[in-house]
Amino acid sequence: MSASETTAALLGRLERGETTSTALTESLLDRVAQHDESIGSFLTVNGETALETAAAIDAKRAAGERVGRLAGLPVALKDILCTKGEPTTCGSRMLEHFVPPYDAHVVERLRAEDAVLIGRTNMDEFAMDSSTENSAFQPTRNPWDTSRSPGGSSGGSAACVAAGFAPLSVGTDTGGSIRQPAAFCGVVGMKPTYGRVSRYGLVAFASSLDQIGPFAHDVHGAALLLEALAGPDERDATCIDRPVPEYTKSLDEPLAGLRVGIVPDHFGEGLDGEVDEAVREAINVYAEHGAKIVEIDLPHQKYSVAVYYLIAPSEASSNLARYDGVHYGRRAEEYTDLVDMYVASRSEAFGPEVKRRILLGTFALSEGYSDQYYNTALRVRRLIRRDFDAAFEKCDVILGPTTPTPAFGIGELVDDPLAMYLNDVYTIAANLAGLPAISLPCGFTKSGLPIGLHLQAPPFEEEGLLQAARTYERTTHWHERRTGLD
Amino acid sequence: MVPNKTMTYQTIIGLEVHVQLNTRTKLFCGCPNRFNPDEPNTQTCPVCLGLPGALPVMNRKAYRLGVRTALALNCTIAPFTKWDRKQYFYPDLPKAYQISQFDLPFSSDGWVDVVLPDEGDAEPTHRRVGIIRAHLEEDAGKNVHDESGRGGDSRVDLNRTGTPLVEIVTQPDLRSAAEARTFLQELRLLLLYLGVSDCNMQEGSLRCDANVNVRVHTDDGHEIATPIVEIKNLNSFSSVERAIEHEAERQFAEFQETGRKLGEVPKQTRGWNADRGETTPQREKEEAADYRYFPDPDLVPVTIGAEQVEAMRAELPEPPAARRERFQVDLTPYDAGVIVDQGRAFADYYEAVAHTCEDGKLAANWVTQDVLRELNDRDIEIGTFPIDAETLGTVLAKIAANELTTKSGREVFGVLLERAGVSPADVDDVVEELGLAVVSDTGALEGVIDAAIANPANAKAIAAVREGKQQAVGPMIGQIMKEVKGADAKVVRAMLIERIENG
Repeated sequence: MSASETTAALLGRLERGETTSTALTESLLDRVAQHDESIGSFLTVNGETALETAAAIDAKRAAGERVGRLAGLPVALKDILCTKGEPTTCGSRMLEHFVPPYDAHVVERLRAEDAVLIGRTNMDEFAMDSSTENSAFQPTRNPWDTSRSPGGSSGGSAACVAAGFAPLSVGTDTGGSIRQPAAFCGVVGMKPTYGRVSRYGLVAFASSLDQIGPFAHDVHGAALLLEALAGPDERDATCIDRPVPEYTKSLDEPLAGLRVGIVPDHFGEGLDGEVDEAVREAINVYAEHGAKIVEIDLPHQKYSVAVYYLIAPSEASSNLARYDGVHYGRRAEEYTDLVDMYVASRSEAFGPEVKRRILLGTFALSEGYSDQYYNTALRVRRLIRRDFDAAFEKCDVILGPTTPTPAFGIGELVDDPLAMYLNDVYTIAANLAGLPAISLPCGFTKSGLPIGLHLQAPPFEEEGLLQAARTYERTTHWHERRTGLD
Repeated sequence: MVPNKTMTYQTIIGLEVHVQLNTRTKLFCGCPNRFNPDEPNTQTCPVCLGLPGALPVMNRKAYRLGVRTALALNCTIAPFTKWDRKQYFYPDLPKAYQISQFDLPFSSDGWVDVVLPDEGDAEPTHRRVGIIRAHLEEDAGKNVHDESGRGGDSRVDLNRTGTPLVEIVTQPDLRSAAEARTFLQELRLLLLYLGVSDCNMQEGSLRCDANVNVRVHTDDGHEIATPIVEIKNLNSFSSVERAIEHEAERQFAEFQETGRKLGEVPKQTRGWNADRGETTPQREKEEAADYRYFPDPDLVPVTIGAEQVEAMRAELPEPPAARRERFQVDLTPYDAGVIVDQGRAFADYYEAVAHTCEDGKLAANWVTQDVLRELNDRDIEIGTFPIDAETLGTVLAKIAANELTTKSGREVFGVLLERAGVSPADVDDVVEELGLAVVSDTGALEGVIDAAIANPANAKAIAAVREGKQQAVGPMIGQIMKEVKGADAKVVRAMLIERIENG
C-alpha cells in the first residue's frame, strides 16, 4: 500500500472494500515508527485508540451502516486543538501535562465524520514562529530535506502529510502558519475565512486572526477536510452561521471567465529567483486556460507585518496571561509569595519567542501607548481590508508566492526574529482581512525543495478559491510528487 | 496648613454599586448562576474556568436585564456597545482578565431621585443623584483564605466566576453618609421592584464601593478639596454609612495635619474594618495598576434598536418613588412609605386589598399592622402569606359597611390565618360559622334587651339613665353583647336607651 495516496484514492479503496481502515492505519503507524524519528512531526502517536476507532469504523462500513465523510481516514491534529483526555501541549512546557476535559469543536466534527485521529503534531510554542524549531520538545524537519525547516507554526502537520504519515492533517493559521509550511513541504494547506470554522477548543494565540484549516496532498483532500471542519457553532461568537457548500462536489466545475489578480509589488525585492520563476509560470498556466490576468493594487499591504506584530502580540499577551500556575499548567516548585509564584512559573515555562511576544503585546497595550500602537494598528487593519474589497471588484482570486523563499535551513533564522517574521510577508494580510487563502505546490527548486503558490479570495468564497486552485492543479502535476522517504 | 478650629467641611460622595443579575445562567456560559458557597467549584465549565481554548458567548438575557436596569435609572441606552478585557492577575480571576466594558458602556447619563428625610419638622429634601454610567461585566470567583491563623493554603471557589454584574457609577452628588445610605436603600428598592436582582447584601449580590473626599471651608472663605479615597466592599447599609462617616472625619483630621489637597497624591484605596470602626489602607500595589483594556476579540459588539429600547421601557414597572406619591392620595407619607418600602409584592398586596374593600386608609391600617406583624412573627414573605389580598379585602369591606365589627374582623382574620387559602366567596361562611355577623335585626335583640331591663341587678343603672346619665348604660351593653355575638354596640346602645326612657 502506498503511504502517499490521496484521500480520494484511499476513500475509493475503502468504499470498494479493497482495504480497511485498520490496514491503512496499521501501515501508517508502521511508517511513523520507521521514519518519524528523522522528521519529528508527531508529539504523540495514538496508535491504540486509532486502531480501535479504525476497527469500529470498519465494522460499521461492513455492516452497511451510514458512515461519515472521512470514514476510516487517518487525520493528524496540531497539538493546539483540545482533545478530551489527551495532553494538549501547544508545544510548551507550560501545558506539558495539561489534559483538557473537553473536545474542541473541530475534534467533535472529525469524530462525527468517522475520522481516525492518529496523533498530535509538533508546532512552534503556542503557534508563535514559522519554523517548528521553537517547540519546547523537539524540532520538526522537512521531509524533502531534513537539514531544512518544514516551516511553521503548523510544521508538524505539514511534514506528516508530506512524509506520508497521514493523508490529512489539521493546522492553524494566524499569520501564515498553515500556508507557509504547506509551501515548504510541498502539500496543499488552506486557511478558511475567519468565522468559517469554530475556534472553540483551539488554544488561542491571537483570537481575531486564528483560524483552523486543512492540510492534504491535493486540493480535493483539503476540500474534503474543510467540509468536515467548517460550519456554525454557537459556542464561538465569531463563527458565522452560514451553510457550508459541498466543496468536493463542485471542485471540477469549469471556471469560465476567471479573473486572476496580480500584485506587482509581490514580485519585487526579497523574492527568491526560483520562486519568482515558478509563480510567473503559474500565471501563464492560468492565462493559457483562459483566465484573465489583471494587475491590482493593495496600497496598505506594506504595513501588514507591522500591523500584525502589534495586533497578534497584543492579543497573545492577554490570551496567555491565564497561564499563571494557579489553576492548571506548570507551577514553579519554589516561590516566596503569590507574585513570585506567577513570575517563577511563567519565567521557567515559556520559551524566548513566547516571552518576546508577551512583552511586545504588553507594551503595545500599555496606558499611554495603546493609542499610538494598538489602536493605530486596528485602523490600518481596516484599510488593508478595504484594499482587498476594492481589489476583489476587479478579480476573483489574488495570486502570488506563498513565501519569499523555499524552506530555510534549520537554525538559519533562529537568531534573527525579524527575518523570520518577514517569512510571512505574503500570508499575513489574509489573516488581517479575514480572507480565505490556500497554498498549493507549483514547482521545485533545482535542489528539490517545493515552492508554494498562494491564492486568496473574498470572504466565504472558499468554493471559488478551491475551484481556482483545482484548475491549476488539474493541468500541472506538482502535487503528485512525493518525498524520497521510502 | 495651620490648624484652624473654625473650619467646617462638606462631604462629597460618589458610589460604585455592583449588582448581580438574577439570570438563570452565567454571563458567558451555561453554568447555573446561583449563590452556593457550600459546594465550591461545582458550577463551573471550561468557559468560566478560563480553560485553554474555551470561548465566551454573551447571555442575551443578561444584556436585557442590564438594559431594563439602566432604563429604570433613566439612562440612555447605547445603540452599539462592545466588550473589553480588563487585565490583572489574581487567583480568583482564572483568565487573568475580566470581561467588562471600557469606553463604550451599554448605558450612560441617568439619574435616581431620592427623598432625604429631614431631622425635625423641616420639609424633606428631594435630591437627584446623577448616574454617570451603568455597564455590564462578569463577576470574579472568591478566594477563601485560611482564617485559623495557622497559615494554611488559600483556596479558590469559582462558582461565582462569570455571574453577570451591572456596575452603576454615580456622580459625586451625595453630601453625607446618611444620604449615601438613603440613596443605596432607594436604589436597592428600585432594583427589587424591577426584579433584576435579589440584592442580598450578605450574599454579595449587591456590593458598594464609595469614593469619598471632603471640601474644607476655611475661615477666610476658601474651599479646599482633599484627595479622593475609594472605600471598597461595603457589604451592608450600616457599613456604608459608618465607613463614610469615619472616612470624612479622618480626611478632615488628616487635612488639618498635612494640608494635603486633591491632586497632590494618587487616589487611595481603603478597606472598611467594621470591628474596629475604621478604614484602613488596602492594596497599595494596585494603585498604579494599568489594566491594559482592549476590545475582547472573542465577542461581537451588541446592537439594539430604538424600538426595542422603547418596548422595554414600556415594560418597566411603576418605580417605588412614583408609587409612594400615588399612595399619598389616600395615605400619610409615612404609611405610603412603609407599604412601598416593603417591596413590590407587598405594595401590590396592599393595592389589591384596598381595591377590594374600596377603603385605602382601612386597608393600610390592616396591612401595615396586622399583616406586617404576622409576616414578621412567621418570618415569611407576602408571597406565602396565608390570606389572599381579595379575601382580606372582602373582610375589610364588611367592616367598612358596618356588617362586621373591627373586633370580630380580627377574630375572622385569626381563623383565616389558620385555615389558609380561604377564598373571598367563603368569607361569609366563616363569619356565620363564628356567629360574628352584626345583629342589626332588632327583633333578635329585643328579647335579650328586655330581659336585661327586667333584671333587678340593673335597676340602679336604669334609674341613672332615666335621670339623664346615659353613660350608665355601658355595663348593660356589655352583658347584651356577650349574649349576642356580632351585635353592633351602637345599635344595642340606642335600643337600650330608647326602651329605658320610654319604658
